[in-house]
Parts: sequence; structure tokens; C-alpha cells
Amino acid sequence: MTTSPFVKLDGVAKRWNGQLGVEGITLDIPEGSFTALLGPSGCGKSTTLRLLAGLELPDEGKILIDTKDVTTSAASDRNLSMVFQSYALFPHLSVAENVVFGLKVRRVPKKERLEKLHRALEITGLLGLEDRKPGELSGGQRQRVALARAIVAGQRLCLMDEPLSNLDAKLRNAVRKDIKKLQRELGITVVYVTHDQTEAMSMADTVVLMKDGHIQQVGSPEDLYSRPNNTFVAEFVGAPPMALFQSSVLEGFGEDKTIGIRAENIQIVPRGEGRMRCTVNESEFLGAETLIGLDHAGAEGLCVLKPGLSLMAEGNEIDIMFSDENLHVFDAVGQRMVG
Amino acid sequence: MSAHANLERRRQAIYGWLLLSPAAILLTLFAFYPSVATLWSSLFSRGTRRNPTEFVGTENYAELFADPTFWIVVKNNLLYAGVTIPVSIFIALSMALWANGKIRARGFVRTAYFTPTVLPMIAAANLWLFFYTPGLGVLDQIGSLFGLPSVNWLGQPETALWAIIIVTIWKEAGFFMIFYLAALQTIPEDLKEAADIEGASRWTYTRRIVLPLLMPTTLFIAVNAMINSVKLIDHLFILTKGGPSDASKLILYYIYEMAFAFFDAPSAAAMTMMVIAVLGIVAAVQFLYLDKRTHYQ
Repeated sequence: MTTSPFVKLDGVAKRWNGQLGVEGITLDIPEGSFTALLGPSGCGKSTTLRLLAGLELPDEGKILIDTKDVTTSAASDRNLSMVFQSYALFPHLSVAENVVFGLKVRRVPKKERLEKLHRALEITGLLGLEDRKPGELSGGQRQRVALARAIVAGQRLCLMDEPLSNLDAKLRNAVRKDIKKLQRELGITVVYVTHDQTEAMSMADTVVLMKDGHIQQVGSPEDLYSRPNNTFVAEFVGAPPMALFQSSVLEGFGEDKTIGIRAENIQIVPRGEGRMRCTVNESEFLGAETLIGLDHAGAEGLCVLKPGLSLMAEGNEIDIMFSDENLHVFDAVGQRMVG
Repeated sequence: MSAHANLERRRQAIYGWLLLSPAAILLTLFAFYPSVATLWSSLFSRGTRRNPTEFVGTENYAELFADPTFWIVVKNNLLYAGVTIPVSIFIALSMALWANGKIRARGFVRTAYFTPTVLPMIAAANLWLFFYTPGLGVLDQIGSLFGLPSVNWLGQPETALWAIIIVTIWKEAGFFMIFYLAALQTIPEDLKEAADIEGASRWTYTRRIVLPLLMPTTLFIAVNAMINSVKLIDHLFILTKGGPSDASKLILYYIYEMAFAFFDAPSAAAMTMMVIAVLGIVAAVQFLYLDKRTHYQ
């Protein structure tokens, strides 16, 4: 990894007719890393990727790729490749023609073109399908053609815009692993947009969580999970999300604060020994464990995990226990407080 | 087979025939029967009071081939088709690509291009008559500004057919543009973006991606334009009536003259049969040959 970041966004902003697209995006992406842009729909993650790709031009700020200022460069001059959510395969061209389209446009000699095509198809497991049209392929195969097209030219930066969202759940897990493996083997830098936190957390070295056009937190998946910057991150990351309650519910935390706790840090204790008394509102059997949803005045999303199948009747009153070191304390505006 | 399954099959069959029958009846009445009747009457001689109609076989056809006017008309129509079809398709495509882009007043541009299609051909021909009229016409007025002599565009054999051709192109291009516009809307935006990232120029993108994806539309338009090149003769009645000295006479106009001015129904029938045969063959070739090379989404 080099000292200066491979991709650098500096105070980038894009507004649509005065409306907010993204604002103040500052981000360093080291070479060879896997960065996920995560957030709910409309948070600006796709816009950020399109700004990076050169499909949109920023209103403010600078974009550097490999120490070159590309803020106003055309998409084709940025030496990157992209996988689209819809794959954007050319429907009238065969798999082979789709993959080498860019090489042909860039006038790569035929011999080299065929070598690169063979290698790309080999890596993505598409050998033997060269002459098929995209319409004759399954969703997973189309997805791999899009991947092959992205890696065939050997660009060092690859952008992916929700590449798995059109696949069914089972395939998604398999392709997720394939993409991660591909990225490591080729040593390319991937910027990956997704709204699915499982995807982001399982694949990325760095997760960038966004909301309403602003970056909420940049960090490793573990960082986001165990040290959320604010209540939005706390509630977005993790399944089930972190429970939040007002500090006035507990003694010794004062007023106006929000306290968060994760389900795995809560224990059910015999009556009279707990710190909070709650009512069971649902039991969800998940297989290895059972998720018990709890109601408490002043708390939101409180739940507890019990191993195996252990359903509890709705309306039961139970006491719960947790230790202070597992609590996350946020100030009145939802920012994490030191500690 | 059990009784109720049999009944169900029969019900389905009746249902199918009922759905088919309106189109079948209308087509039989107004297309199939007239075609067969025309073929039949083309094989008989023209009846007069003294010589009643009799079967003459292909004599009417032989007569036509010997008729010099027929060959002039065929030549005119070939030139007419050969120019109007490609030129109007090319203009329609250019206009559609332009009107589909991110330009200002897009709605206005589209409406403006489409206006000629909405006008009845007779009205449009009257409009063009005013353009072409020597001395008074707009073309001559503009020409005289630059000191050019007055030209009788419709009145001289060298220019009459070309004047007709221009009116047809003007009329057709806007109509075809609408089909191209509709087809362009179905091409997803991200294909352009993917091509951009791969470094394709606008021209490469148009040539390698857009044009192939528009092929089904082009095929449809080409067949329509070909049929129109035979069918669309309304403006001849207003502008030239086929003259001067048959210079702008097209085949359908000649058929009309044969049948209703010279009252030679068998010759008109023979000519009609030949037109149907040629159109049928060309359409079949277009569909069978181009269909194989066309990608349908």
C-alpha cells in the first residue's frame, strides 16, 4: 500500500436543482482495498459512485485517482471499470463481444484481445458460453459477464453499483464470496455500493456509512459495529439493530442522553435482580437462537437472544441485566460520547 | 377421453374461432376476395358492346409489357422508391436521435417534426403547390432575392418527379421519427454509461449499440416506406396529375387512370396483380433476410 491514497475525494458536493445530492464527501481509499458505500436508499451512495466514475460532475470539491486530478475528466479517461446494478450488457452482442467491447474501442490488437478475453472468462467461469447472447443466460451468468467485462482491461479501480441486488438470496452469498476472492487475487481496488449491511460488513475492509448525502462514519466493519459514531449508525448496523433508550431510565447517566445496547449483551435474570423490567412482545425462532422482542416505556428496539428454541409467551414480564461496559452512550443530538 | 375434457376442448375451439372471426370476415370481404377477383378479371378481355368479355389468359399482361408508358411509370416509381425510402429513413433517424437528446424545447421540436404527418396529404399538397408555383411561390420569391431565374418546378419533366419526391420525404420522415423515438426510449440509459466508461465515442456508441438495437424498427419502417412508395399518390392529384408528359406518373396513379379515366379495367387489374406480386416478394425478402440479422429484445 502506498502512502498517498489511491482514490481521494475532497469536499465533494453535488446538488440537484438546489436539492441535496451529496455534501462534503471527503474520503481516502488506499490501493488494493475493498470499500463499501453503505446506506439506506436515497442516501447518496450511488451518487458518490457516479461522481467517482465520471458519470456526474461534482459542483464542489476535488476527486483524485492515482494522484491525478480527475474532477472534470471524462469517464473514459479515469482508467476504471464499472459493474452496473442492471449489468448494462449489450443485448445484441454475444458474451465475448460484450467483454471485449472496451478493448475493441481502445484498439487493442486482436491477439492480445483474445488472450485477455480467455483469461477473463476463465476467471469468471464463463468458458464455453462465448457465443451466447445475454438473453440466453441466467441472472447469475449475466452478472459474471458484467464482472468479466469489468476485469478484462485490467483497470486497477473497479466500481460496483449494487451488483448483487438482482440475484436470489442463495446465489448472492456465493457471488459475494467470488467477488471478494477476485478482488484479492487481482489486487484491484473496489468501491462497492450496497444497501445491504450484511454485504458491506462481510466483504469490505472499510465501510462508509452514509445518510442524507453525508458520511456518518468511516471505519472497519468491526468499528461500525462496536463503536458506532452516532445513533443512526447504531441502529443501521447489526441484525438485530442496537436498542436505544433514554438515559433517564437508568440511574447515574443523567438526562437528555441516549443509551444503546446490543441484544447479545443482555441477559434475562430472575425477577427482582434485573436493571429493567420489560414485557415480551414477540418471539422469533431463527434456528440457532430465538429472538425475544421486549417492550419498555422509553426504550426502542429492545430485544434479547436466547440459544436454541425457547419461545416466551407474549405479555410475560421479565427482568433484564447488562453491564455498564457494554453500553454505548450518545449525547442529546445522538453523537457518541467518549468512553 | 372423459366427456367434460372433450367439452372443454370444443369450448376452447369455438372461443378461438369467435375471436378470429371479425378480422377474418373483414379481411376476406375487403382484401382476399377483391384480390382473387382482380386476378380473375385480369385474365379476361375488356368487354364492349360488340365484343363481349372472353378469357384471354396472359394477353393483358403481354399488352402491358408492350406499353411504353408502363415502363416509364415503372422507372418513375423505382426512382421514387429508391430515393424516398432511404432518405426519409435517414432523416427520421437523425431527427429522432436529436429530439431524444437533452435539448431545450424538446417537446416543441418533436411536435414540429410530427406536424407534417398530422396534415392530410391533400392539404399538404396544396401547401407545397404554393411553394412551387412559378413567380408567386415561396421558392421563387427566395430565389429572386438572390437574382435566380423563375423555375417552374412542377411544370418541367426534369424537376416534376423530384418535386414530388421532396413532398413525400417531408411528409413521411416525421411519421417514421415517432417510431424511432419510441424505440430509443426502450434503450436503457446505463448502456450509454457503460459505453462511456469503456471509452466509446458518441459515434461508436451510435454505430455499435444504438443502430443494431434499432434494427427491428428500421425493418418495420422500411417495409412501411416501401408500401407507401406505391400507395401514397394523393399529392399527385393536386400537384402534377402525373405530368408533364408522364414525367411524374407513379404506378398506382396509372392504374387509377386505366380504370377510371380510360375504363380499361382488365389492364388495371393486371397491373394491380403485378404490384401485389412485387410488393409481396420484396416484403418477404426484407423480413426473411433481415430478420435473421436483427436482434429482437
